[in-house]
Amino acid sequence: MGRTLAQKVYEQHVVRRTEGEPDLLYIDLHLVHEVTSPQAFDGLRAAGRTVRRPDLTMSTEDHNVPTTDLLAPIADPVSRAQVEALRKNTAEFGIRQAPMGTRDQGIVHVIGPQLGLTQPGMTIVCGDSHTSTHGAFGALAFGIGTSEVEHVLATQTLPQRPAKQMSVRVDGELPVGVSAKDIILAVIAEIGTNGGQGHVIEYRGTAIEGLSMESRMTICNMSIEAGARAGLIAPDETTFAYLRGREHSPRGADWDAAVAAWRELRTDEDAEFDREVVIDAASLTPYVTWGTNPGQGLPISASVPDPADFADETDRRAAESALAYMGLTAGTPMRDITVDTVFLGSCTNGRIEDLRVAAELLRGRKVAADTRMLVVPGSVAVKQQAEQEGLDAVFTEAGAEWRGAGCSMCLGMNPDQLQPGERSASTSNRNFQGRQGKGGRTHLVSPAVAAATALTGKLTAPADLQEVSA
Amino acid sequence: MDAFTTHTGTAAPLRRSAVDTDQIIPAEYLKRITRTGFEDGLFVAWRTNEPDFVLNKPEYAGASILVAGPDFGTGSSREHANWALLDGGFKVVISPRFADIFRNNSTKSGLLTVVLPAADVEALQDASEADPTLQVTVDLGAREVRWADRTVAFEIDDYTRWRLMEGLDDIGLTERHLEDIDAYEAQRPSWKPTTTPV
Ligand code: SF4
Repeated sequence: MGRTLAQKVYEQHVVRRTEGEPDLLYIDLHLVHEVTSPQAFDGLRAAGRTVRRPDLTMSTEDHNVPTTDLLAPIADPVSRAQVEALRKNTAEFGIRQAPMGTRDQGIVHVIGPQLGLTQPGMTIVCGDSHTSTHGAFGALAFGIGTSEVEHVLATQTLPQRPAKQMSVRVDGELPVGVSAKDIILAVIAEIGTNGGQGHVIEYRGTAIEGLSMESRMTICNMSIEAGARAGLIAPDETTFAYLRGREHSPRGADWDAAVAAWRELRTDEDAEFDREVVIDAASLTPYVTWGTNPGQGLPISASVPDPADFADETDRRAAESALAYMGLTAGTPMRDITVDTVFLGSCTNGRIEDLRVAAELLRGRKVAADTRMLVVPGSVAVKQQAEQEGLDAVFTEAGAEWRGAGCSMCLGMNPDQLQPGERSASTSNRNFQGRQGKGGRTHLVSPAVAAATALTGKLTAPADLQEVSA
Repeated sequence: MDAFTTHTGTAAPLRRSAVDTDQIIPAEYLKRITRTGFEDGLFVAWRTNEPDFVLNKPEYAGASILVAGPDFGTGSSREHANWALLDGGFKVVISPRFADIFRNNSTKSGLLTVVLPAADVEALQDASEADPTLQVTVDLGAREVRWADRTVAFEIDDYTRWRLMEGLDDIGLTERHLEDIDAYEAQRPSWKPTTTPV
């Protein structure tokens, strides 16, 4: 029987296989950030261990970093201590570092691809669940806990078991104004936040093949919100074109050898998946979430659902508590929901294409009077690129705040937080209770919906704007 | 990691589904750089805002087994969620279904996660609600949860069970296979990237 792409990548990395034990899997790239690593470095020190392959390890500062005045010391002493611990640890163990404000700094899942470190067929891990982002390149990439971070630092391997295989096929043409974010929100609404549990998801089909690398990253990023640990897309010409000439991409004869190997990374015709989902791209519209988990999403044309309409008892209770937390009434059209804050950023939608889409909608217009819009590039390089293209001016002239790079309001570990009761439209990936600040209420949206929403102050699809101006 | 063989204690019924890691411990409590002391963040929003929250009830103050609805631990990879539960006095979490990373982390941190059928989870929730002093035994050796006159079997693979019962550190186990790692590295394609600045 044939094998899937994910199975092929997995098999290529098995260091040791013994009956009755997990496989030992080799890790090609280990990304490290300040939040989930300090205890791992302490563990190494306590046991007198070293880092086996500092040359396959890269660190950055992202979760805690303020997005204003990057060169000043961090005001919050606890955040500062965490960032300082990372600097001290990486210096001690010889790991490359990307300190705040320097060229390579940014959200860990933005900088890997940007540097060309993320390549097809690799195994990539990080102490962060959105490591699935890197699957966009046909890599097997997944999040790990701190004990595993320590294990990878010490041995460059991880004990693993093969995952089940799931196919999400999206065929057809996406309607105008519908983006990768809408695809993945629709997928999660369809299969649920546990739909991918125990599986690796391969996204396939003509609509996926037609996406840019950055859009593919948006989709793979949220595999974890569908319950899967990893999601991936077969590498193709789009992938190779993105990688060619990047800082860490192979060069010369190495490039040719690499591309030849990458072309083999495809699911066999006769491979079998444990689960298959098919979605018609043409049927998709902009999606927004109404609840407190990413599966609680609907087309923007819909209304807040009535918990009584959920057949399943658990779903009904979850919907009731979500509506209570979100301060929403069943039957309210999604388009009537007023937001206080719009957040454009995160490892889901903080890349240059995301900023371009939003800027295009904001150009020459103004953010609604009572709405605050925060634009946080995913990395320093994205920020610099946007500034070269003049996007920063578009945002600031529209009345949005142009910030430094980091995770920012995606999780509010830095000062960028919602106040209790405040409501956001956010391009990030989690609408959990309190995720963006205690008592904050989050609606997950695409960059285009975020920008349109900023202009009107209510959840708005980009197409609604054209109607207004026409 | 402490060895886990069998544990007997009282249970707290947490009748919620999809308890995500931001509820177990919000991001602002992740800034500590030590491996302990995370109990202050455990379910802090619910503990602060919901007087009826099960862990606010004095009769469950000493509970060491958390009995939760399906999809416990969805969201982030933060092992701090495991540590916060351990620091908060829990040794075991029982649920019909766990998020993958949370469950995987639990096999490293020494918090035991036990999957039971939904009907049994509900029966245990009912029983510990009726009698908060109910003694519940989680027996890893026998792969059983027992309370009152009930015995419910659970599944766990032999290898993980052995490692937990011995309290063995994964790194130590892997280090017995360094020659295999050396051999693998020797045949990796030379064009694979390194992080060394170019
Ligand atoms: S942007 Fe958000 S989801 Fe992404 S790594 Fe940062 S905190 Fe995690």
